[in-house]
Amino acid sequence: MSLENLAGSDIAGLLFVLVFLGLMISFALSGRKRAFQPSREIPAFDRLQRVIGLAVEAGKRLHLTLGRGGITGLEGASAVIGLTILERFARVASVSDRPPVATSGDGTLAILSQDTLRKTFKTIGAEGQYDPAFGQLSGLTPMGYAAGTMPLFYDEPLAATVFAGHFGSEVALLTDAAGQNDVLALAGSDSLPAQAVMYATAEQPLIGEELYAAGAYLKAGPMHLASLRAQDILRWVLVLAIIIGAGLKLLGFL
Amino acid sequence: MRQKIPISVSIVIGVGIIVLLGYFIKFPVLAVMQQILLQWALTLAAVALLVGAINLLNVHFRRVSGRQKNSSYSLILILSLLFTFALGALFGPKSAWSLWVFNHIQVPVESSLMGLLAVVLAFASVRMLRRQLNLFSLVFLATALVMLLGAAPVLGIEIPGLHGPDGLRALIAQVPAVAGARGILIGIGLGTIATGLRVLMGADRPYGG
Repeated sequence: MSLENLAGSDIAGLLFVLVFLGLMISFALSGRKRAFQPSREIPAFDRLQRVIGLAVEAGKRLHLTLGRGGITGLEGASAVIGLTILERFARVASVSDRPPVATSGDGTLAILSQDTLRKTFKTIGAEGQYDPAFGQLSGLTPMGYAAGTMPLFYDEPLAATVFAGHFGSEVALLTDAAGQNDVLALAGSDSLPAQAVMYATAEQPLIGEELYAAGAYLKAGPMHLASLRAQDILRWVLVLAIIIGAGLKLLGFL
Repeated sequence: MRQKIPISVSIVIGVGIIVLLGYFIKFPVLAVMQQILLQWALTLAAVALLVGAINLLNVHFRRVSGRQKNSSYSLILILSLLFTFALGALFGPKSAWSLWVFNHIQVPVESSLMGLLAVVLAFASVRMLRRQLNLFSLVFLATALVMLLGAAPVLGIEIPGLHGPDGLRALIAQVPAVAGARGILIGIGLGTIATGLRVLMGADRPYGG
């Protein structure tokens, strides 16, 4: 590989990712010696933890909807977070006679949700409880997806529903249906219009990157805590860089 | 005892590294490999769509056969799905019949839901005030009101200070809204990188490995 071939490469971007990776690994290793907790409270996750426990006792179902973003684009990351939450749901609700159900507006996400549930049930020795219908494709267009998911709120005894993925403004129909049926709606997305709608309509909205902290708050593993810590540090680095850049521009150096 | 890494995890890590490096390093071989892998991903996503549609059919068929609550809607869905599929298979997706179904059934139904969405949002805003009456909710509603009123002249009258390129609406849209959106997008970007790296390290395995 000659240097001429590397012309136009984004080395700064690669370095940023490598620094991120280094921080995550070092925090994960240090976390083995000394366990640390997330630096701030997110009330939505506390509430969700409580409701998950109560749902099992009350014989109610937990629902998670992964949006309609797919997995091949940038929006796939928020759906991966949704699958992490689904795994936690399946582990906790494995003793319940109403296992969690996942809906999505994309074929890939539907398959991944089925696979996550199947894998989790197998891990905890409850493979017989698994049913492919627990991971459903609700619809393929934005409104079709909303219309296909809404009946769940009316037909099933739901305790909580988590919105984790890529949505559009159609999510208002779903959060409203959850509110009308006294179902706790915890909603986060990577889409700005969806976040605005969720802020107005969901009982527990997750703003900005709060959704990406779900794994750390739901105790999905040490790497989730490590990556959250790395995110916090790099966010401050970026904030400082922006302020310094703005200051230099104001002074005429840039 | 050494822990074995499943083959699926090794494949994911290998493919992930190639695609990630392809974005940063402009090396011809890497670019070709990245392109091929992304094309495979798109093909698999299309197949997944078909599998998802079969799953949808299966879920609703079971609802109908089990005579579950509101199973009549499931029956309508099954009949509509089969009818639309037959039309597309017999006459093609761009035939007059297929387009008629799209233009005269799907578009009006989706437009109606879109109209309903506006009403839902208006009611939700009022409910939000009852649920959480705080400074942020009030700012949210006041901003929404300014943006709505400033979108067009009110009864044909332009309000000074609200409408126009120097009005309050334009100011909110161009300064605090953009600043806030960029802040949120930076956070989302960092979250996306963290999630991607966890998948790349095999810490998150959304693929059953």
